Amino acid sequence: MSNVILITGTRKGIGKELAQYYLKNSWNVIGCSRGETTISDKSYQHYQFDVSDEKSVIKIVREVSRKFGKIDVLLNNAGIASMNHLLLTPIDKAKDIFNTNFFGSFLLMREVGKIMTKKKNGRIVNFTTVAVPLNLDGEAIYAASKAAVESLTKISAKELAPYGITVNAVGPSPVKTDLIKVVPKDKISDLVSKQAIKRLGEFNDVVNVINFFIDKNSNFITGQIIYLGGISG
Amino acid sequence: MKGKIEKLIINALVDYNEELENPAYGNPDEKTRLYSSEGGMDSIALVGFIADLEERLAVEFNKDIILADERAMSQKRSPFLSVQLLANYIENLLLESEE
Repeated sequence: MSNVILITGTRKGIGKELAQYYLKNSWNVIGCSRGETTISDKSYQHYQFDVSDEKSVIKIVREVSRKFGKIDVLLNNAGIASMNHLLLTPIDKAKDIFNTNFFGSFLLMREVGKIMTKKKNGRIVNFTTVAVPLNLDGEAIYAASKAAVESLTKISAKELAPYGITVNAVGPSPVKTDLIKVVPKDKISDLVSKQAIKRLGEFNDVVNVINFFIDKNSNFITGQIIYLGGISG
Repeated sequence: MKGKIEKLIINALVDYNEELENPAYGNPDEKTRLYSSEGGMDSIALVGFIADLEERLAVEFNKDIILADERAMSQKRSPFLSVQLLANYIENLLLESEE
């Protein structure tokens, strides 16, 4: 049976591209988002739910497990980016960001991790951001939620290692997606100037790191955070 | 229902023991110790066992219950000590989920 990959946030952006990429490479792709999908492929199955809703996560992960008997890879891509001054950030917005970015990643890791323990094998890749090491102003809540994801990645890597599961994270620099459409151009060029390699990221840069993390030969690579563009943690 | 739950736990334990190879689980019954310093599972084995059990319960009772919730963790007498205690605990969870 071909490999099974579960990707969150596949309605648009990098998540959608990742789903299409792994479909092209003969994977069974399970995608999810709060909205409907535009991906149509016999090897693609879409679930519509909120990743921070515990009951939905449990139900759907078990459904996938029953159908495929395994989940080889989890990509916790779903995320909300938001720029706002700390003094102007409503609590509901801050909770929203943490719910999706942190609690969503945690819930998926917990439930998919349970399935992976049975096979004594699994690869989990979380998504962080260069806003964490760069301490970008205007991104306090977003970066804090991703800093939490980084801690989750490093510590769960230790807790899940006995079950043959690796946990790593990729931190893209600005990539041309919907997420950065709302960011002013001068902010983006300022950010790119902080990188060792001064260009916008491409989808292939992101997938390259993911492929390294999920490669079967990467079973000695866990708890690592890789940022794109030459940003160091 | 309790008897059914105990049987399910015991079956899960027998299957899980193919991997653990723990002599204490050779012929388990309701008194068998689970997470225990007296020949039971260590915490790593227990986590794997709970994950497996949750899935079996979901199939058998068509209920998505979480065994390691904060109540289980804060109980003075852990429900993970023995098959019997765990069966009692699961029975309560299943009954509550019907309310």
